[in-house]
Amino acid sequence: MKFGIMLFPGSNCDRDCFHALEEVMGARAIPLWHGEADLKGADCVVLPGGFSYGDYLRAGAMAALAPGMEAVREHAAGGRPVIGICNGFQILCEAGLLPGALRRNAGGRFRCEDVHLRVENYDTPFTRLVPRDKVLRLPIAHGEGNYYADPAVLNEMKARGQIVFRYVTAGGEPAPEANPNGSLENIAGVCSPAGNVLGMMPHPERSVEALLGSEDGLFIFRSLLEGVDDR
Amino acid sequence: MKFRAKVEVTLKEGVLDSQGRTILGGLRSLGYGDVEEVRTGKLLQLSLTAEDQAQAASQLEEMARRLLANPVLEKFTFVLEQA
Repeated sequence: MKFGIMLFPGSNCDRDCFHALEEVMGARAIPLWHGEADLKGADCVVLPGGFSYGDYLRAGAMAALAPGMEAVREHAAGGRPVIGICNGFQILCEAGLLPGALRRNAGGRFRCEDVHLRVENYDTPFTRLVPRDKVLRLPIAHGEGNYYADPAVLNEMKARGQIVFRYVTAGGEPAPEANPNGSLENIAGVCSPAGNVLGMMPHPERSVEALLGSEDGLFIFRSLLEGVDDR
Repeated sequence: MKFRAKVEVTLKEGVLDSQGRTILGGLRSLGYGDVEEVRTGKLLQLSLTAEDQAQAASQLEEMARRLLANPVLEKFTFVLEQA
């Protein structure tokens, strides 16, 4: 499986994604330039974190218009996997590939810390190998991760299993104190109706080596790598 | 015809405006205890050419819907005048 990591002006987690995928996972990863509507044969597109276009207008709004995103739209329409992390999640929402939007954090602060996550849907290409009932520990680093969707949209999302991750306590409870940014119903990650497009605020690519505190991000990349062959 | 437009983008009612709330706290700390709410938004000023006022208005409406505002969270109004 070949990963394509799309670079926008202001992306800053692309190197971390390369490191996680190539050096840790031993997968193949290539850079994709936002200005080209060509995914160069990538099987899975990664939209990394950062501050594309300096968050001008709204986080992700300008990146969503890039020619590369047209190619991502076609890729996603074909049922192939796309993962947007942090700013990548914001870009996917702005591009209309995921429902809802990410508001400024409720507390007004940029939050940079580890959070705990519970998987709400194991039947996605990104979560199928996460051990059941495992509480994941991953870092967040964002100022605008406060997820919102209209109540009607949210209900549809729940019915289709589109809520993938929730912020929880270390014990696995989606309590208010476990919510770092005010996200609706502690939502930390959502997927498209077909499940092949995932957006999440926490950073799995920063959690791939025990030396650096957590390797829980590996479950997500392993799910992608090992899941693709049986499809 | 040339037009000038001012597009105002604000958060929908009920959407938490954490910037506004922080600014409210700042005003109160300066002693303006009577301020009850602060809502923030964006002002975009455009110069554009259109055949007439109606065409300019319909273009602006479309631009606001497609890019200037995010309809999930924001609403917009605009004023348009001939330049």
